[in-house]
Amino acid sequence: MGVELVQERWKGKLYALTIGREPYQVVAGGDSTLPFLDLDGGSYTRPVSALTVFDRRPENWPDTLTGAWGDVLDNPVQWARKCVELGADAVALKLVSAHPEQGDRSPQECAATVKAVAEAVDQPLIVLGCAVNEKDAAVLPVVSEALNGYNCLIGQATSENYKTVVAGCLAHGHSVIATSPLDINLAKQLNILMTDMNLPPDRIAMDLSIGPLGYGIEYAYSIIERKRTGALLGDRMLAMPVICLVGEEAWKVKEAQRADDLEWGADEPRGILWEAVTAVALAQAGASIFVFYHPEALRQFNTQIDALMGK
Amino acid sequence: MILIGERINGMFKDIREAIQVKNAGPIEDWARKQAEAGAHYLDISTGPATPAEEQPEVLRWMVETAQGAVDLPCCLDSVNPDAIKAGLAAHRGKAIINSTSADQDRMDMLLPLAAEYQAAIIGLSMNEQGVPKDANDRLALAMEIVANADAHGLSTADLYIDPLVLPVNVAQEDVIEVFETLRQVKLLASPPPLTVVGLSNVSQRCPDRPLINRTFLVMAMACGLDAAILDVNDEPLLDAAATAGILLNREVYCDSYLKVFRKR
Repeated sequence: MGVELVQERWKGKLYALTIGREPYQVVAGGDSTLPFLDLDGGSYTRPVSALTVFDRRPENWPDTLTGAWGDVLDNPVQWARKCVELGADAVALKLVSAHPEQGDRSPQECAATVKAVAEAVDQPLIVLGCAVNEKDAAVLPVVSEALNGYNCLIGQATSENYKTVVAGCLAHGHSVIATSPLDINLAKQLNILMTDMNLPPDRIAMDLSIGPLGYGIEYAYSIIERKRTGALLGDRMLAMPVICLVGEEAWKVKEAQRADDLEWGADEPRGILWEAVTAVALAQAGASIFVFYHPEALRQFNTQIDALMGK
Repeated sequence: MILIGERINGMFKDIREAIQVKNAGPIEDWARKQAEAGAHYLDISTGPATPAEEQPEVLRWMVETAQGAVDLPCCLDSVNPDAIKAGLAAHRGKAIINSTSADQDRMDMLLPLAAEYQAAIIGLSMNEQGVPKDANDRLALAMEIVANADAHGLSTADLYIDPLVLPVNVAQEDVIEVFETLRQVKLLASPPPLTVVGLSNVSQRCPDRPLINRTFLVMAMACGLDAAILDVNDEPLLDAAATAGILLNREVYCDSYLKVFRKR
């Protein structure tokens, strides 16, 4: 006698977020079941993977990272082209130099950089500010205008600066990254505030914040999973796809950064594995967009995703 | 929580008069008002004043009128199977049939209709002998309905069991039996049937009806209630339901939860 599988019947599905321009558009979300599960008759979407470009040479990067990119680190346009050559679905341009203490570049200077990068690649562009609320509120609307027509994903909008970031994206046809501090209640509230401004819900990606280690990744995993099941149970204000800045977070920890030593072993595979494994774990929790630093981590991530999708 | 708006019912004077002169206005108004308040379904009933032979045509007209005003499915509320059938034929989307009892002849008429129109159906835990006194007898009748629904190929996910709420001023001891029935209905099948109550019945002819309705609803939700036919325009009632949903961890909390509750 065969065993009859118990099937969940989900009533909700994730919004499908589309970024970029035809024919290079990518879609994140749209899933109607748990990640990588097709037993319930629902469908899931392959996660989108992006590589990060800084708008100026990164400081304090470990050798494993600088070695992977070489000369392009000084040139965001060439760096972006290399991301695409290395298989990224999208390019994530981080405006580090807008930071008041790391260059304090003006909104106009930032806009010139993003425009040059957008023109250099066909793939969709994700733009990340400098993560200082007031400065991003000044920079991101100008950047949005310069990118009019490119259908980008722009952030990070927080509870402190979402009004100006959303207004810029609404006016120029972009989607918004809604960032909250590892708190599902605040994340949901931010979605409500942003949709109250008439931003369509399918133009939001949720950045729930992640940690790559210890309680950080456990907590990130749980909150992403809770958000996914909440959405599938029908909560429309949790149904936006999740974006994870895995490169930025994974390479912050000493376990990833530390140079070769006897106890920790060689740094080259360790940091890459740390980034790739963080991403694979969060993909299984239910996140949809992954932003990497190291191209080998992106490659390994996609190999794992192929396996999870039965390819 | 599934909210079924109770207001388009011939028991209310304005709807009764609208039916008599075929005036679409009040039905459209209440359809819109209830949709704005957050209703998921509109209960549609001719009420007993409409002669039985006219009920199919009247219910059809009421469904078409309501659905012409708003994009909501209806809960077709009639003891007349011909009226239910006429309503189903005119209905757009997935309707709820309200209702069958546990009497074999009623189930044999109404369950095939639900299957044919892919509608959900409410099963009342009562039969020709009336409403049972205690939870066990209510559950026995609920089980009859679950078994019959299964025999007609209806998923239990499309079956709502109504344990029948009686007015607290005439059947006070029944209320706690209803709560117990709500808890145990979930054990009858997998997936479990849904549960529904006609809320306003609990406070018939009592003073301070909204307070009784509100308190009962919260207590019933704590026992697992999934849906209620209620006054969706009773703001404190919806606030209480939204808050109970948060406290029971059915919904993810956010500061705007009262507003979000009415949006779906």
